[in-house]
Amino acid sequence: MSTLLGVHDLHVGFGRDPQDNEVVKGVSFELAAGKTLAIVGESGSGKSVTALSVNRLVDFGGGRITRGTITLQRADGTAVDITAADEPALQRIRGREIGMIFQEPMTSLNPVHTVGAQIEEAFRLNRGLGGAAATRAAREALERVRIPDAAQRLKYYPHQLSGGMRQRVMIAMVLASNPRLLIADEPTTALDVTVQAQIMALLAELREELDMAMIFITHDIGLVAGIADDIMVMQHGVAVEQGKLDAVLDNPQHDYTRHLLKAVPHFTSGRAVRSDGGSPAVAPIVTVDNLAVRFPVAKGLFRRRSGAVHAVDGVDFDLRPGETLAIVGESGSGKSTTARAILGLVKATRGRIEAKAGRSGRPVQMVFQDPYASLNPRLTVEALLAEPAIAAGQRVDAKLRQRMVFLLERVGLTKDALSRYPHQFSGGQRQRLCIARALMLNPDVVVLDEAVSALDVSVQARVLELLIDLQHEFGLAYLFISHDMAVVERIAHRVAVMYAGQIVEIGKAAAVLGAPQHSYTKRLIAAVPAIERRRQHFSVDVTQVPSLVRPSGFEPPAARWREAGEDHRVRVEEVA
Amino acid sequence: MALLRAVMRHPSGRIGAAIIALFLILALMGAVGLTPHDPLKQFVVDRMKGPSGTYWFGTDLLGRDTFSRLMLGIGESFLIAFASVAIAATAGTLIGLFAAWWGHLWDGILMRIMDVLLAFPAILLALLIVAIQGPGVMTSITAIGIVYTPIFARVARAPALALKAREFVEAARTFGSTQRYILTRHLLLNLIAPLTVTITLALAWSLLTESGLSFLGLGSQPPAPSLGVMLAESKSMMTRSPWLMLFPGLTIMLAILGFNLLGDALRDILDPRTQERRA
Repeated sequence: MSTLLGVHDLHVGFGRDPQDNEVVKGVSFELAAGKTLAIVGESGSGKSVTALSVNRLVDFGGGRITRGTITLQRADGTAVDITAADEPALQRIRGREIGMIFQEPMTSLNPVHTVGAQIEEAFRLNRGLGGAAATRAAREALERVRIPDAAQRLKYYPHQLSGGMRQRVMIAMVLASNPRLLIADEPTTALDVTVQAQIMALLAELREELDMAMIFITHDIGLVAGIADDIMVMQHGVAVEQGKLDAVLDNPQHDYTRHLLKAVPHFTSGRAVRSDGGSPAVAPIVTVDNLAVRFPVAKGLFRRRSGAVHAVDGVDFDLRPGETLAIVGESGSGKSTTARAILGLVKATRGRIEAKAGRSGRPVQMVFQDPYASLNPRLTVEALLAEPAIAAGQRVDAKLRQRMVFLLERVGLTKDALSRYPHQFSGGQRQRLCIARALMLNPDVVVLDEAVSALDVSVQARVLELLIDLQHEFGLAYLFISHDMAVVERIAHRVAVMYAGQIVEIGKAAAVLGAPQHSYTKRLIAAVPAIERRRQHFSVDVTQVPSLVRPSGFEPPAARWREAGEDHRVRVEEVA
Repeated sequence: MALLRAVMRHPSGRIGAAIIALFLILALMGAVGLTPHDPLKQFVVDRMKGPSGTYWFGTDLLGRDTFSRLMLGIGESFLIAFASVAIAATAGTLIGLFAAWWGHLWDGILMRIMDVLLAFPAILLALLIVAIQGPGVMTSITAIGIVYTPIFARVARAPALALKAREFVEAARTFGSTQRYILTRHLLLNLIAPLTVTITLALAWSLLTESGLSFLGLGSQPPAPSLGVMLAESKSMMTRSPWLMLFPGLTIMLAILGFNLLGDALRDILDPRTQERRA
């Protein structure tokens, strides 16, 4: 097995003094032809910069390689040091020798050209194909990335395709040049979990077919467990641990690797669920009964109502005091709309939402996904925390300030935060601020809409711990909206699975996650990357979420439920 | 204060601020009577003298000191500019804010009215107002104020629409914050940056419009020396005593340059992207 890529003592710096602002501080690794190296780390670890140095794209981001060598074995057998190569030479290497796919497929594709034209261009530039030959090659490339009706899809524009489809188009374009090394920079982070599984399976199959080496960058160590041969764990610009996949996963040497494997949530099929709290006997504090939210769709010249998007269609559940009910589902499943309807941010078309008046006038509070967008940048923390109290008619006095300080300290921030502005805090700290703000009025229920999804994995773990502590201390009930099964497993007492606007399965967390009954739940859980299941094979599955646009007057058939065990209900699937 | 320091650090901000400050000082001195000569007194023997040690910028047909008149004229023109922009900024911001907040029908109605106003040249609108209330300072202020209202409405509405959909506004709704609180703390506070820039630029435009109105005799009336009035009086003597036209013209040009430079500097300083870079 020959070495394809050798990186030795790589240093990369940014800014005017790259030597002083090093982001990568001496990374070395070797990659054999046809093998996959996973670089795992959190934001700021230097993992992306390391990978972007391999094809010198880092130059365009203002980075400079200050020390080290990157030796690439070219297809014709010659070796080239990429750190010393000039731009024309690099242009020949990029694309032809080293392909790259990025995190966000929408921004990587040109919105004004059809995907067919873009793939054809890749073939024209890299293989010199033209006319009908290029079109045929493009169609074959789409077929190779398992896109159904490839000939039709060539005429589509990027916005007409789903995120997973777009990422496959990107892969098809990269494959046009038949690269010997593929760099994948978090290619599935923006995708739903079942789509992520499809892309991962596709990459694994293509790697076999084309004998392509791969550098896979991710923050999720569980995701690469099934695909990598070697693994390199990075922290603060240094490779803290590297070696064979099994050796690193089964016998980690460095504390940080152990932390990533243990402290960070990993999905374990319902074995890591909470054993504390949750009291099914008590009367519910929030009751949702037959909730439906529909958004009208207008068509034609006269904007006549032609139908409606059934975002939420007939959802019922109870939330009991002190328990966490997690609503899981993929994008478009209606989980966020359900949360927003409970807070009154969207109007329910039908159904009943009842929140028992609890300790304060507003028993339900909410924490949003993006801690950057949910705090007004021009207000100090004091003004931000005072807002719920002002809204409730309280005065900003010493007593209120005392509560602010108490809550700030409770969420792990100090008193001097009060006079600071949101941009002076990190993402995790901002989310703590949002949590403190939601607790200002002493609510009974907190709705957490993807509240930890935007955070780095270790920060995520600490915020989850904080949430569990606060739940005990203040007797809070959480409605926890998430797409991340690993996170849900850590915090939920009960889980509701939503699919296409409806709950398909609801019950105790251990039962739903450990012994899923509904076919969608099964599919969802099978798609979750997990270290312990890394040797299982996942085949490419091209099931698409059905359209939620229904004609006017459409009513879904009444749901029939089956009891699958104590506190575990499954929607009976209609046989088509 | 931090803003002022940032303006002084910005190269074009420094020049702009210096020009505007100089004019403001001159206008203030003129207003309290600290002029070299009485601006309205006619020195009959010294009619149409060129610039000299006694009459720095020369004298006009009636023997009045141009420099003293200019000091008063700057005051008069600036006063009209500031007053009209104050009206336009207040009315325009409120209209834009409410159009964005209420949305739908109100948005349509308010913004279409703004579009109609935007279609009128300032001079035409002023003619209409002159027909109603006669020429004068108040006419200028009203006309210019109305003409620039739609610009502020547009400048306020676009970011207000974006802010309205931001998560912190949604969060405020979940707390049950009052509309007034959301409009002032969450929307208006975040609009200050674009509005500040527009105000500076609008001051430059309104100064020009004011001069135009007075030049046509629709604004300030002689003997009150606004910059436009001085230009109008000098036009018949352009070839014999060019200084009469030169100095008011230069003053208008410099003042507009000053406001524009200041506006550019504020735009750079208040841009969130440059702020982030500094943070």
